[in-house]
Amino acid sequence: MWRFIGLRSLQAIPVILAVITVTFFLVRAAPGGPFSSEKAVSPQVQAALEAQYRLDQPPLQQYVSYLTDLVQGNMGPSFYYPGRSVDELILQGLPITAELGLYALLIAVIIGSFAGVIAALKPNTMQDYVPMSLAMVGICMPSFLLGPVLVLVFGIMLDWLPVSGWGDSYGDKILPSITLGAMYAAYIARLSRSGMLEVMSQDYLRTARAKGLPESVVILKHALRGGLLPVISYLGPAFAALLSGSFVVETIFQIPGLGRFYVQAAFNRDYTMILGTTVFLSTLIVVFNLLSDIAAAWVNPRLRYQFKK
Amino acid sequence: MILSRSRIPVFLLSVFLVACGGGSSESRVVTGNQQGVLHFGNGTEPQGIDPHIVTGVPEHHIIGALFEGLVTKNPYTLEPEPGVAESWDISEDGRVYTFHFRDNARWSNGDPVVAEDFRWSWERALTPELGSLYNYMFFPILNAEAFATGAIDDFSEVGVKVLDQLTLEVTLREPTPFLLQLFDHYSTYPVHPATVLAFGSPTDRFSQWSREGNIVTNGAFILTQWQVNSHIRVEKSPLYWDAEEVKLNAIVFYPTENIVTEERMFRDEQIHFTNEVALDKVPVYRNEQPELLEIAPYLGTYYYLINTTREPFNDVRVRKALSMAIDRELLVETILENLYLPSYALVPPGTLGYEPPITFGYDPVQARQLLAEAGYPGGENFPAFDILYNTQENHQKIAVAIQQMWMETLGVSATPMNQEWKVYLDSTDNFNYSISRRGWIGDYVDPNTFLDMMITDGGNNKTGFSDSRYDELILREAPATLDQEKRFELYQEAEAILMNAMPIIPIYTYQSKHLKHPSLKGLPSNIMDYYNWKYVYLDASQ
Repeated sequence: MWRFIGLRSLQAIPVILAVITVTFFLVRAAPGGPFSSEKAVSPQVQAALEAQYRLDQPPLQQYVSYLTDLVQGNMGPSFYYPGRSVDELILQGLPITAELGLYALLIAVIIGSFAGVIAALKPNTMQDYVPMSLAMVGICMPSFLLGPVLVLVFGIMLDWLPVSGWGDSYGDKILPSITLGAMYAAYIARLSRSGMLEVMSQDYLRTARAKGLPESVVILKHALRGGLLPVISYLGPAFAALLSGSFVVETIFQIPGLGRFYVQAAFNRDYTMILGTTVFLSTLIVVFNLLSDIAAAWVNPRLRYQFKK
Repeated sequence: MILSRSRIPVFLLSVFLVACGGGSSESRVVTGNQQGVLHFGNGTEPQGIDPHIVTGVPEHHIIGALFEGLVTKNPYTLEPEPGVAESWDISEDGRVYTFHFRDNARWSNGDPVVAEDFRWSWERALTPELGSLYNYMFFPILNAEAFATGAIDDFSEVGVKVLDQLTLEVTLREPTPFLLQLFDHYSTYPVHPATVLAFGSPTDRFSQWSREGNIVTNGAFILTQWQVNSHIRVEKSPLYWDAEEVKLNAIVFYPTENIVTEERMFRDEQIHFTNEVALDKVPVYRNEQPELLEIAPYLGTYYYLINTTREPFNDVRVRKALSMAIDRELLVETILENLYLPSYALVPPGTLGYEPPITFGYDPVQARQLLAEAGYPGGENFPAFDILYNTQENHQKIAVAIQQMWMETLGVSATPMNQEWKVYLDSTDNFNYSISRRGWIGDYVDPNTFLDMMITDGGNNKTGFSDSRYDELILREAPATLDQEKRFELYQEAEAILMNAMPIIPIYTYQSKHLKHPSLKGLPSNIMDYYNWKYVYLDASQ
């Protein structure tokens, strides 16, 4: 097991290094620099700015100094927000995005697996079709549509919930979490349905029923464990995707999270911020993939056995 | 406990309801009215609040609450009012201004605001290493430009002198009648020297001096909270010299970048005032709640640049034909919800009484004739070209409409082409365009803020336009003319030269548009869309 974890961690290093290198040179190749603006910038000012942000050095030297700083945990100053470092901005946005992602994931798992299991219990009946059609709608409905619709209904027409903010007023975390979680709930519903269907046809379930166990025990104790395996391996990548993909929801609901920084950085050509967020999020994705592999191995006795060998 | 299947939905529903609470409580606007707290939609997250580094409008709103310059503006008349300077004398030739400071102006740490603070701050703003984008605001001052470009190193040669603790003398290159307008711009505000130095070198852009907890300011409000991308809160400063006149207890600025969300926040009474109103929402509010909609002329022009270095646009007849073939009235009526005003010159009309000369109008017949004279009768053989704009729906609609007008009237074929903002800037800067969209908002209320763009090789010219008489008028004759009427005549002469050469195609004059809660008072609309927080108050009875 430890060997497996060690090996996978080592594999992550070249992946992240490649991400850094490609991003570093791509952002510099994009037309328009961090200091271009609608108002003309005099050559002296341009030169002064480039000097302060080390842009006057040759690219390779910039790259080496960036890597050196990064290894020491310093992602550099933001080009767009003078006086703020990338580390600081990421650390400010991360807890909020993580909290949002966690709630969304909880909603997705609870609603998704519930719907999937229900559907799998009576395949090809209304009990299957209704939740699965809803799941299809959920997958197809983009959050930039779902968010405003929820806001319109629950925020403005019914006036039950705040239309924006995060932790500013009571209940303002509900709509964004649902909006972000909906699509993943739909995925999880489909995953758990097919997982359950596969398990339900297994011999050990027939044995359980033959023993005379009540149906609820058969489902909850024996079937769920195997049936939800695909969901567990999906959780890692899903959480990483929630963290890196929350931009739209953060914008709709005015949430001060990481996603907004990520996208704004690209528009502002905030080189260090683009790099910082990209490196940070890609590291997260690698880590969460690893974690979900470990979790899947831990839940699945067959894989666990392999590692023991 | 094992939840039976039938119980699970009940459980989920109860979790949801508990999380919801008993519905939303009193709105921010209502509690704000009771406590004197203004909730303000401020567009985007400010880059920062160092007055010598940042440049945007959202930053301006916050800096205006925190700092005060030599003079301020009356929001109703836009005339200068005393700020840190209680009074000022102007020499007869208009070249020397002497500012007399009030003795009760204080920094938020209790230090008196003195003349040396200004001299020190201006030296900082002009030092090339700082890279201040607005340093040109100082250029009317003697030798300021030379210092900013590195031609001289000694700041004592610049026309800024501390006569005594409370007297500052400013010597100008030319009389510059709009000088006081520059001195209420935030780029000329003072910073607290000891605080800046405590956190590093004066020209260090990474300094932490302007962060909450560190910053020392001299305005009506002090910074108390700054949560990035969430809100900035400023509270009334007890040490401000005119604190008695300040009516609000606090202002909370929200970075309402998404215009749709902002409108929903307004409807939900989370903010008193929106930074913008989406164009398609204007007719809705006009019909249903016109009392909430605040629309006013704005000191800005929307226009197209023509690359006069490129064929066939190097021919003035072609440029005029393109401009005359645009039916601006129709454009405004159909696409712009009758909101903006058709424009036929660069300077918006009514800029402190200046009226731009009107040298042309919509004239399809003459447009066709001019194009024929240039060698393209009926648009024959006219090369296809692009209309470049930065990606945005309204720019696209306008470009498509103009493309059609050019096709129908002139028979020339243009293609609207959008580029992402920074790419578009890059293309325009490098003259890699034929026709390109542009907008310009005046920095101060004077025709000069528009017309000085178009001087030969001016950084914002971008068209290749060059005219020696125009340069002479803008750079020498107008700034040296003290009499306002005469000076405006010179500007009219210059603008007529510009519009006869037509390196730009004016399209419309901007209007500012906001949604404003009825309780919000003392925030009149004006052509600068300028707010003086001292005047603002909340009337809870509304």
